[in-house]
Amino acid sequence: MMRLNQHGISTLEAAQRYPEIFSVRWRQRAMQSLAWGSALAALLYGLVIFDFSPVRIWNGIGQLGMLVRFMVPPATAPSVVWEFLQAIFETLAMAFLGTLFAALLAIPFAFLSARNVFRFRLGRFGVRRGMDFLRGVDQLVWALVFVRAVGLGPLAGVLAIIISDIGTLAKLFSEAVEGCDRKPGEGVAASGGNTLQCTRFGILPQVLPMFISSTLYIFESNVRSATILGIVGAGGIGYQLSERIRGHHWEEVATILILILVTVYLIDWVSGKIRGRLIEGE
Amino acid sequence: MSPQHGHPGSGAWQDFCAQQQRARVEQYRVWMVGSGVFLALFLTSAYLSHFSPGRIAEGVPKVHEYIVKILPELGVTTFRDDMAYWFYAFPDWVKLLGETLLMAYVATLLGTLGALVLGFVAARNVGPSRWLTALSRRLLEVARTVPDLVYALIFVFAFGLGPLAGILAIAVHSMGASGKLFSEAIENVDLKPLDGLKAAGGNWVQGMRFAVFPLVLPSLVSYTLWRFEINVRTATVMGIVGAGGIGQELITAIRMLYYEDVSALILLIVITVSLTDMVCERIRHGFIGKENLS
Repeated sequence: MMRLNQHGISTLEAAQRYPEIFSVRWRQRAMQSLAWGSALAALLYGLVIFDFSPVRIWNGIGQLGMLVRFMVPPATAPSVVWEFLQAIFETLAMAFLGTLFAALLAIPFAFLSARNVFRFRLGRFGVRRGMDFLRGVDQLVWALVFVRAVGLGPLAGVLAIIISDIGTLAKLFSEAVEGCDRKPGEGVAASGGNTLQCTRFGILPQVLPMFISSTLYIFESNVRSATILGIVGAGGIGYQLSERIRGHHWEEVATILILILVTVYLIDWVSGKIRGRLIEGE
Repeated sequence: MSPQHGHPGSGAWQDFCAQQQRARVEQYRVWMVGSGVFLALFLTSAYLSHFSPGRIAEGVPKVHEYIVKILPELGVTTFRDDMAYWFYAFPDWVKLLGETLLMAYVATLLGTLGALVLGFVAARNVGPSRWLTALSRRLLEVARTVPDLVYALIFVFAFGLGPLAGILAIAVHSMGASGKLFSEAIENVDLKPLDGLKAAGGNWVQGMRFAVFPLVLPSLVSYTLWRFEINVRTATVMGIVGAGGIGQELITAIRMLYYEDVSALILLIVITVSLTDMVCERIRHGFIGKENLS
C-alpha cells in the first residue's frame, strides 16, 4: 500500500519526478564534512602546539584564584586613589583629543573616498588603501612607534589615537556619505553650485548627525583602548596598571580595575544619552 | 483661520514674533553653553595630555625623521638583493604570523563557545531564571569592559609567558563582546517556534537548540567572523606583553632600534590583516547568499 501526501502523489513518484531533491548530494556533503573537519583539525592543532594541557590550565586557574585573593580588599588610601584618578583623567583627555582631531582630519579623506563625491577612480582607490593601512596597524603599534618618535608621555598616545582613528572614521564617514540622498546636491548644482558647494550644502547637512554619532561611538571605544596605551609608555592609567602588575601590588591593581570599569560605564552612559538625543532630534 | 489673524499688528502675529524670538534666544543659549563646555573640555584635555602647538611642531619633524629611518633603501638595479636584505628573516616572520593567526582562531572559537552558552542565559526573553540572567549579564559586562591586553598582563603571570596567556585573554574579552551581541540577537527573535516546541514537551535546552538557535545562526556567524577580524589585529600586539605572536618580534625591533625590521614587520602585519578581512568578507557573502536562497 502506498501512502499519498496532500498533492496526491506518492513519495516514490515524487522521487522519480524530482530526482534532484531526493538524491543524496555526495559532493556537497563531502565538501561540508571537509570544511568542518579542517576547522576542527586547525583547532586541535592549535590546542596541541599552544600546550593547552589540563595540568597547565588547572595550575593557572589556581594562580588566578590566588591573585584574586591578594586583590581583596582593594587599596583605598586617598593618596593612591587620587594618583589613579589623575591618570584616569589623563586617559580621558587623550581619548577626547585623539577622537576630536581624528574626526576633523577624517572628514576630507571620507569625502575623497566616497564614490558619489570624488569621481576620480584611481585617486579614490589610493585614498582608500591609505586608510586601510592606518586601520590595519593596531593602535598599540602606532603608540610604540610614536613613543620612539616623540618620547614617553600622553602626546604619543594622542598621536596614536589620531592616526589609527583617521582610518576608522574615514571609512565610517564615507559609508554615510555614500548612503545619502543625492537630490539636495542636485538642487544645489541646478542653481549653479560647484562641486564644493554641492558637498557643503547638499551632502554635509544630511550626514553631520551620522558623523557625530559615529564619532561618539569611536570615543567610547577610545576610552577603553586609551586605558592600555600606557602599557607601552604612551600615557594614561595603563602605565600605572602595568607597573603595579609587574610589582605585584595586587590590591592596587584591583583599585585601578574598578576605576576603569566605573569610568567606562559612565562614559558609555553619557555618550549613549547624547547619541539617543541626536537620533531622536532628527 | 481668517486672513486678519496673520496681519501684522494683530495679536496672533505678535504672539508668533514673540515665540520666534524666544526660540531664537533659546537656541543661542544652547549653542553658547554647548560651545563653552566643549571649549573647557578641550583646554583641560590639552593641558592634561601636554598637547600644545609647540610640542606638536617639535614632534612632527621627529616623526618624519623616524619614518625615514625605518624605511629601507631600495635601488632599482639592486631591487632583488635589497628586498632579500629587508626581509632577511622572512621564513621566521611568516611562521610567527601563522602562529598569530592560529592564536586568533583558537581564541575566537573558545570565546564564541562561552558567548553562546552565556548569551542564551543572558537573553531576557528566554533566559532560564531571572537570577541566572542577571548574573551572566554582569559577567559578560566585566569580561568585555576590561581590555584584552590587561587580561593578557594578568594571565602572563598566572599561566606563564607564551601564546596560551594571549589566547585566553582574547577569548575572555571576545566572550564578553560577542555574548552581548548574541543575547541581543536572541532577544529580537520570534518566540512562536519556541512555544510550539514547549507545547510538544521539549525542555529548555531542546527549545534553545531547535527553536531559537536556527533563527539566530546567520547573525551569529556574521558576528563571529567580524570578531575574528578584530582578534587577528589584537593577536598581533599580544607579544608586546609577552603573550605570543608576531608582537614580540615587533617590540624587540622597536626597542633594539632595528629600524628596517620595524617597517618590514608592520608591512607584513598590514598584509595579513587585509588578507584576513578579505577572506572573511568572502565567507560572509557566501554564507548570507546561501541563506537567502534557501
